[in-house]
Amino acid sequence: MAVMTYREALNLALREEMRRDPRVFVMGEEVGLYEGAYRVTQGLLKEFGEKRVVDTPICESGFTGVGVGAAMLGLRPVLEMMTFNFAILALDQIVNTAAKMLYMSGGQYNIPLVVRGPGGPAAQLAAQHSQSMETYFYHVPGLKVVRPSTPADAKGLLKSAIRDENPVIFIESETLYAVKGEVPDDPDFTIPLGQAIVRREGTDVTVVAYMGMMYRAMEVAEELAREGMSVEIVDPRTLRPMDTQTIVSSVRKTHRAVVIEAGAGFAGMGSEILSFITEQAFDDLDAPVERVTGENAPMPYARNLELLKTPSKAKIAAAIRKVCNA
Amino acid sequence: MAQAKTTILSPRLDAVLARRLLGQMALIRRFEEKAAEMYALGKIGGFLHLYIGQEAVAVGATSTLRPDDYAVSSYREHGHCLAKGSDPRRVMAELFGRRDGLSKGKGGSMHLFDKSVNFLGGHGIVGAHLPLAAGAGFAINYQGGDQVVLCFFGDGAVHEGEFHEAMNLVALWKLPVIYICENNRYAMGTAIHRALAQTEIWRFAETYGIHGEAVDGMDVLAVRECVGRVVERARRDKTPALIEARTYRFRGHSMRDPAGAVYRTREEVEREKQRDPIALLTARGLKDGVLSEADVRAIEQNVADAVDEAVAFAEASPEPPASFLFTDVYKD
Repeated sequence: MAVMTYREALNLALREEMRRDPRVFVMGEEVGLYEGAYRVTQGLLKEFGEKRVVDTPICESGFTGVGVGAAMLGLRPVLEMMTFNFAILALDQIVNTAAKMLYMSGGQYNIPLVVRGPGGPAAQLAAQHSQSMETYFYHVPGLKVVRPSTPADAKGLLKSAIRDENPVIFIESETLYAVKGEVPDDPDFTIPLGQAIVRREGTDVTVVAYMGMMYRAMEVAEELAREGMSVEIVDPRTLRPMDTQTIVSSVRKTHRAVVIEAGAGFAGMGSEILSFITEQAFDDLDAPVERVTGENAPMPYARNLELLKTPSKAKIAAAIRKVCNA
Repeated sequence: MAQAKTTILSPRLDAVLARRLLGQMALIRRFEEKAAEMYALGKIGGFLHLYIGQEAVAVGATSTLRPDDYAVSSYREHGHCLAKGSDPRRVMAELFGRRDGLSKGKGGSMHLFDKSVNFLGGHGIVGAHLPLAAGAGFAINYQGGDQVVLCFFGDGAVHEGEFHEAMNLVALWKLPVIYICENNRYAMGTAIHRALAQTEIWRFAETYGIHGEAVDGMDVLAVRECVGRVVERARRDKTPALIEARTYRFRGHSMRDPAGAVYRTREEVEREKQRDPIALLTARGLKDGVLSEADVRAIEQNVADAVDEAVAFAEASPEPPASFLFTDVYKD
């Protein structure tokens, strides 16, 4: 085990997969000479050269289409969205082309493509650069969607995404790039897509959360433990396909659930998680499932308003108390 | 660099070439006339965009390719798919939504794909397949190959940002992609002068510093000569090109606009039909003495038989089983 940052773990995953498979290449805005707007691709140009680390003009739709076309001919592109907000410009290529190609071609053309980059709430980046982007993708059959919370997950899941035969949306976070953690050294270490993990074991309530919200929930759980409450935290890690089994098993054990998401709540990930918990474990529940979501407003710039937009520790704690006292 | 309309060099036409080009154009024509009949009978559903009138572009252009070269097109792609070499029986079965269709019946008229002949598909979002063609060109260079990519699209795609993104990328990266704009003068029902500030589409090549050329898209030999030149050049030195093939669609935008009569005059349509690409090649072949009346009749009979066989094959093919709903969503 080595201790490294989330950013370094991603960088190592890219290096290892590029060394392992000559079909893998990295493409995007500022990924080469500039070494990545967030330094995730630092040093890749030096090691792999311009053929495999390709700086593009600012044309998200264009270079995503290039990735899809290259994948049709057998390459394995890893595209970087400088931030995932820009992926909206490439939404047609991702949703209408990449996700549906295998189906529309009757199984002839699969698209082994990774689209990665940071998304979710950031720090005072305002409405267009700070939002939960997974919502736009996890609805789409044909896509897989990953949100890795820890350095080990970042490495293990990115390697699996690159080896996957399908288009994978891999959304990191600006706020997590500097987080440090233990990461296995084995270059064959991978984490299968579609496996949730229990981050913290507990017996009174299941909290489902990922990325920054998972860390916030962990802090709340420690505080509530001092009051004698035992909180279990499950991190789905992959949103599509969702490991419903691990989440439902946890709820069957604790009989209570709180679902947290950073994004605006209406038709959000939390709604879906709440739905399958209710469908599959209704009889096990001792209280209605609570959702704690981002507010239904764009992200404001002002720091005080920004703090109100995403779920606070106080709101998370209140929801947990509510289901536990029901 | 860009240049004005090609002088047609009247390339030499021999009997073998004349029969091959006429045979392919006639096959596409007959196939689509039959598809329109089948649509009227309810055997084909959804959207059906006919290529009738434009056959010289697909046939002339693909006649310059090697089998390992690639072609990709929009949703008006029956002609390109057949010209690239797909089995008409499997194309018709796809239009019928049957299990033996190229895409197992899951794609339909707008989404024909055939990996066996390097046909990268029929794509339904205007302009979206232009970057895909650039990606295929990128992969050819990455893999060290010398194949080329032909990308067919209509004048309507030129309005889209992806046209310009793709032009920039192939020019910047020297990708072996030939963009062939089939300018049939109407983007659905919008005449070109109502949609494009620059209606000389080949001139966009100047902006991106690549070769641009306009060609008579009703003359299969002119298309073949023009595309043949840029294909050989792209194979040799990776130079992309933009070809504007000036053509005309004799039918409406789709079967839901069968006459195409609201936005253009009957006189215009009748005038353009005087330059039917099949009639033009037939006349040229007869005049040059490389085709006989008997040859022409034999070709017509052959394609009629092939299309009848395609319909019989499609009729006999079963519907895709219910389990196919969930296959090919993900690849293991």
